[in-house]
Amino acid sequence: MKGLQIWGAPLLSIAILLAFLAAWHAATRQEAGAQVVDAEYAKLVGKEAASGKKSAFPTPADVGKKIWGHITDPFYDKGPNDKGIGIQLAYSIARVLAGYLLAALVAIPLGFLIGMSPLVYRAFDPFIQVLKPISPLAWMPLALFTLQDSGVSAIFVIFICSMWPMLINTAFGVAAVRKEWLNVAKTLEVGPVRKAFRVILPAAAPTIMTGMRISIGIAWLVIVAAEMLVGGTGIGYFVWNEWNNLSIANIISGILAIGLVGMVLDLTLARMTKLVTFPE
Amino acid sequence: MSDPLIKIEGIAKRFAGRDGAGMTVFEDVHLTVEQGEFVCLIGHSGCGKTTILNILAGLEPSSDGYVFVGGREIRGPSLDRAVIFQSHALMPWLTVAGNIAFAVKSRWPEWDAARVREHCQKYIDLVNLTGAEKKRPAELSGGMKQRVGIARALAIQPKMLLMDEPFSALDALTRGMLQEEVLRICAETHQTVFMITHDVDEAILLADKIVLMTNGPQAQIAEIVVNTLPRSRSRHTVHKEPHYYPIRNHLVDFLVTRSRQFRDERPADYDPKNPPLVTPGKDEPPPAASSGPVRHEKVVNLRH
Repeated sequence: MKGLQIWGAPLLSIAILLAFLAAWHAATRQEAGAQVVDAEYAKLVGKEAASGKKSAFPTPADVGKKIWGHITDPFYDKGPNDKGIGIQLAYSIARVLAGYLLAALVAIPLGFLIGMSPLVYRAFDPFIQVLKPISPLAWMPLALFTLQDSGVSAIFVIFICSMWPMLINTAFGVAAVRKEWLNVAKTLEVGPVRKAFRVILPAAAPTIMTGMRISIGIAWLVIVAAEMLVGGTGIGYFVWNEWNNLSIANIISGILAIGLVGMVLDLTLARMTKLVTFPE
Repeated sequence: MSDPLIKIEGIAKRFAGRDGAGMTVFEDVHLTVEQGEFVCLIGHSGCGKTTILNILAGLEPSSDGYVFVGGREIRGPSLDRAVIFQSHALMPWLTVAGNIAFAVKSRWPEWDAARVREHCQKYIDLVNLTGAEKKRPAELSGGMKQRVGIARALAIQPKMLLMDEPFSALDALTRGMLQEEVLRICAETHQTVFMITHDVDEAILLADKIVLMTNGPQAQIAEIVVNTLPRSRSRHTVHKEPHYYPIRNHLVDFLVTRSRQFRDERPADYDPKNPPLVTPGKDEPPPAASSGPVRHEKVVNLRH
């Protein structure tokens, strides 16, 4: 029974994966068929589309081969339109981290101030409520116009979308610090700076970290879309470029890489949240 | 006798009602606490006990009146008055030693780490928590948490200790043990204490003076019972003292009936600035308590 508890879930996961791959394989099996299109057109669209095969969708084996290629050689650089997936991911991660860290630098101190004073809280609230639901990509044209640089604009979009969860959670966490801890600080005549760093910050840290975790998730979602728009480099651009190349196998590899990196980012933040969380 | 350590002069707490008519929780409260005295305040919920303690601590302003500590009017909280909170109020992200060190560093910011550690250890030992220094509050029982709260308050060597029903959240066994320990610590350190409780036995065991408050709204100090039991009392023998039952019955009587009726049946010579001192069980009551309370003691004495 104990073995089932430990190995049951992973085994089931593997079974689900295998079933999915099998279904995929069955649906995309190569079947040589008669040429159904005009010879001229066949020359234009390529062998597979012309041969009346069920689908141009790659088989799991095709995708596996492509992924193996990406894994074995992730950092090649053959000009602007052909870079290794590792390089593209590195560009995306760098943009996300730059925008995200800038947002943290602004949002956490600002959230602290907002959370400390109910007056400031109410004053900022309408702005936050209006700005928060704006799709980050809606900022893109404005950013491109004012910043005049597609790379900087992408970072700005990350900045603006990472901002709100961190700001709101910091303000909420700071405002919700238990009165009794503040009273302890008061009776001990603790100065404002020491109170902020030794009482309010540790007390609000779990809430702040939760906001940071939400933010990194949104940032990673947004960077893919932003890079599809601005182009040049990045995993989003890679996926879009492979769409233009009609390489479905590469698109799938890109999608998988996006998912894996997103998972790693989320796990990292989850681990950090755990570090600052205290049991009561 | 020297000047009292704490002098409360006519404090009141009022809240503005919705219709403009204010609500008075308590008013005209006068009280003095001498150096080294242990004073307990007893009253029903809603009479503003905790508010009085918060005013003393400087956490809440009073609507009226003044509080003097060592001859100076208080303005806000001070390290001279340490508070032990009902909910222990430990910071869960700090260890036992960390919680106490936080207070010690607030009191003496110029101390180096070694000195702070040594000082903390002294108070951890005092409350019998030796060995639990590295534990977090979440790993401690309720009684141990409150011990940390007591150590934290004592470690800053305050002129005055303020306790807000410190043991009410604990089980009876732990409560008894901690009461005994507070008794011992106060005897060792000659600490001045102002404590709020609703536990009659706790008050008799710990206090030198027991202040009785009438029911709110418009609560007042009805009288002050002087505890005539010897100071070297213990939880196990206190009920064998000759005056124990008279005092206890007097207090219970007050809480059950007189706290409610006091405002209507106020003695003619009642003076809120000088609430009567009573000594239930003594054959000759002091002159200040000649009219009202005496009647009651006679009843009590008949029962025993």
